[in-house]
Amino acid sequence: MKRTRPTMTEANQALVFSRRALFVGGAQASVGVLLAGRMSWLAIAENERYSGLAEDNRVEIILIPPRRGWIIDRAGLPLAINRSDFRVDLIPQQVKEPERIVAQLAQLLKLPLDEVDRVNRELDGARGFKPIAVAENIPYEQYAAVTVRISELAGVNASRGFSRSYPEGAAVGHLIGFVGTPSATDYEKEKNPLLITPGFKIGKEGLEKVLEQRLRGTPGAQRVEVTARGKLVRELTARPDRSGASVQLTINAGLQAYAARRLGNESGSVVLLDCLTGDMLAMASMPAYDPNSFSDGIGRGEWKMLSDDQRRPLNNKVLGALYPPGSTIKPMVAMALQANGVKPHETIFCPGGFRLGNRIFKCLGRHGTVNMTRAIAKSCNTYFYAMGRRVGYDAIAEVAKLLGLGAKFDLPVVSQSYGTVPDSEWKLRRYKQQWTQADTLNASIGQGYLIVNPLQLAVMAARISSGLSVEPRLVMGQGPQPKALNMPAEHFETVRKAMSQVVNGDGTAGRSRLPLEGIEMGGKTGTAQVRRIAAGQRGQSGAWKYRDHGLFVCFAPVASPRYAASVVIDHGLGGSRAAAPVARDVLTYLFDKEKAMAALLELEAGWGGDIHQRMAAQAAAWRRARGGTANT
Amino acid sequence: MIASSIIPAPLARLPWRVILLVLAIGGFGLTVLYSAAGGSLSPWALSQGVRLFFFIGLAVTMSWLSEAQIKAATFPAYAIILLMLILVEALGFVGGGARRWLDLGFIRLQPSELMKLAIVLTVARFYDMLPAGELRGWTAVWIPLALIGIPAALVLVQPDLGTTLMIVAGGVTIMFLAGLPLRLFLGAGAAIAAALPIALATMHDYQRKRVLIFLDPESDPLGAGYHISQSKIAIGSGGIFGKGFLKGTQSHLDYLPEGHTDFVFATMAEEWGLVGGVLLILAFMLVIFWGMSVAARAKTRFAKLTAAGLSTTIFFYVAINLMMVMGLAPVVGIPLPLVSFGGSAIMTVMLCLGILMALERHQRSGSRFA
Repeated sequence: MKRTRPTMTEANQALVFSRRALFVGGAQASVGVLLAGRMSWLAIAENERYSGLAEDNRVEIILIPPRRGWIIDRAGLPLAINRSDFRVDLIPQQVKEPERIVAQLAQLLKLPLDEVDRVNRELDGARGFKPIAVAENIPYEQYAAVTVRISELAGVNASRGFSRSYPEGAAVGHLIGFVGTPSATDYEKEKNPLLITPGFKIGKEGLEKVLEQRLRGTPGAQRVEVTARGKLVRELTARPDRSGASVQLTINAGLQAYAARRLGNESGSVVLLDCLTGDMLAMASMPAYDPNSFSDGIGRGEWKMLSDDQRRPLNNKVLGALYPPGSTIKPMVAMALQANGVKPHETIFCPGGFRLGNRIFKCLGRHGTVNMTRAIAKSCNTYFYAMGRRVGYDAIAEVAKLLGLGAKFDLPVVSQSYGTVPDSEWKLRRYKQQWTQADTLNASIGQGYLIVNPLQLAVMAARISSGLSVEPRLVMGQGPQPKALNMPAEHFETVRKAMSQVVNGDGTAGRSRLPLEGIEMGGKTGTAQVRRIAAGQRGQSGAWKYRDHGLFVCFAPVASPRYAASVVIDHGLGGSRAAAPVARDVLTYLFDKEKAMAALLELEAGWGGDIHQRMAAQAAAWRRARGGTANT
Repeated sequence: MIASSIIPAPLARLPWRVILLVLAIGGFGLTVLYSAAGGSLSPWALSQGVRLFFFIGLAVTMSWLSEAQIKAATFPAYAIILLMLILVEALGFVGGGARRWLDLGFIRLQPSELMKLAIVLTVARFYDMLPAGELRGWTAVWIPLALIGIPAALVLVQPDLGTTLMIVAGGVTIMFLAGLPLRLFLGAGAAIAAALPIALATMHDYQRKRVLIFLDPESDPLGAGYHISQSKIAIGSGGIFGKGFLKGTQSHLDYLPEGHTDFVFATMAEEWGLVGGVLLILAFMLVIFWGMSVAARAKTRFAKLTAAGLSTTIFFYVAINLMMVMGLAPVVGIPLPLVSFGGSAIMTVMLCLGILMALERHQRSGSRFA
């Protein structure tokens, strides 16, 4: 060590101590000031924030779920209502002996084992006042059995609640949709604590889903002071709940149910519009699910049964199924032909087909010399091949769009498939190919690229029959007043007359005249190929799923059109055979209920009961077929 | 000093200023415990009151100890407490994930608590015995380090991080005051800063979580950050004047955990506000400065080092606890002496004060009769 250090002596040791003690004291004082400063920051600057947090801790809000608004038909009849039911919940905070209580409830309510497991699991992770649902929608006897023992069941809360009820059952399934317990994703999206309140349900499908915010209402709230362990100290304030608004539909409940029942065992749909206003009076798609059983929570078995059914009971075919419209678009094509200079009296000779180059496009018969009216009445393809080729398909596509094909309507529905109205530009875009004459011929008779949904067909029928640009609507009092379409009245007159001939003349739907005095129906049949079939063998036989679809568009009365409809029967072989009789009965219902019901009851006797009875029988058969696994 | 002919001389010569301060702090603590129990003397306020007066009595009694007696007792006390720490390791039962108590039948003793006091006395005694010229040698460093390190290691494995820190801090403070070269402390500080990440890596999971969560308690407000979050809410919602006696919601509705022990300051602040908090901090500072002034006036090296060290021990209690409840430090389980419910902390602090009073009496008697 080169540097000389001062030797430590007792004296300068004392000096060092004094200096360092002063330093330590100073450091201590600084920390004291720092602490006082920190506390001032928390208590003054952050006071508001922490006061809020303390309040959040102290006050718990117990939500009282609102009653859901009703859905009623145009006359005020109920389509979706709330039925009072009984439920049993557990308040975790007040449950002292969970094992005994749950065991006793399981016995009283006859809970299945997996439900008992669920309750135990939820009870383990729960605390405080948020109730855990034990059972919903229980019969009065079980509710009473719990209530009389309530004194020995600490923490059990048996109460009256409300569950959604659909008086028309499956007949309104696709129209109304159903409600269900909110999923974790629903909650993530909304972050609304109401969604995790036991027993609360939200719309899951159909109108229930789309009109959710209108139907839901405002929850009531009870503010209570609680301890950290969830013990209630006292009630602070309470705010009553406000029920959701009721929604009135344009639907006619009786007609809707009738249409659904009339479809019988077929897979198909009926849409009926007021052709002056666009009000949808019926929108039935069958087979359907029963929204009542969905709203109570559907079993896995029932779900599987529905999703495996080739008649697609989970699909609303009015909006979700697309069909080649077949000959049902001939009235529309006739409008387009007239708009492009084809005179109704001009004729075409039908030798049973039309030659284009070296290809023959077939007609269903040899119709001889046909004019426009005759061509529609007899559904002569040759006329439309020839005339379609003359005006060109792009001109027809324009009118098709004007009359509602390819349109997506402004409706409160979860989804609609709106199909394709092809034209040369579309084909170039889609397939990078030129539009050919063959394409024109196919499209002119409603085959080929053209696909539509049943609602578009009904709108087309409504616009042709009224001459108004009606927009379909489902909720009363919404939407603009329809304006007249910019086409000459005599064009409509010609087409309507021809459509009347289809039914009331010697046309293709002669067997489906209305059984009514002085009221006539006009219509057009259609048969749509499901797959391209080799010449000579149409889809008139063989496996159900390869058979042709039967379609029918119509309006009534012919004298002054008021209603327009489309009926589509999947794989029904033909429009006149499968679809037109359904349309006849549904329209009859509007003018003479008794007559229509008599016809229906006779048919139902042959089918094996009404919708409910047949669905029950189907479910039973399905369960039998699955044998012992039915109850799992 | 109260000098009056009416009051007998032995009584008049007691350090009344600090006794009154301690009574004020303890009394205020009792009202907080009374409120924390929902306006009830049981289960905390009454028994804490009995303890408070017993230990004040003990401290006053200790004030008649002579410096020589304290010196003589230092090494044996250190040895006995060290032995007890080893016994805790060997015999102590597992409680709350940590072995800390020694059940002697009539009392459950926490030897690590006593070690906070003993380490100060022992290291002070060592430097007192060390010739002034040896202060630059290695002996002046490694022996105290061993004296500190052995009990610290024993407490750390209990595991009790808070007490370990206090033992080390108490011992190192004496080393600093004894006059060891500054560069040793600067170097050690740098080394600790470098070793901190490694230390964190070797900790128990629950310890690391508790250590780091204070930086962002809101990240896990229901888990590891719950204590700090709720404590800050209690203090912050108290505002300047508090919510009023018996009107705290955080404490009465049980949102504030440990509201009568480690987090008693938050319970107090919620009801008495910033005013109560600043007065309490001030009172503690006055006690600590009284202790430092005893050190400043002390005649002997042992008395100087001991008085300053004991004052600093009290300071560490208060500072670590308050930093913890205000979210400036990790939750390490150091109670607020004289206020928190529990016997150990009050015992240690009153023993510190008792020795300080004895040293202070010695100064006065020295100045009068020597």
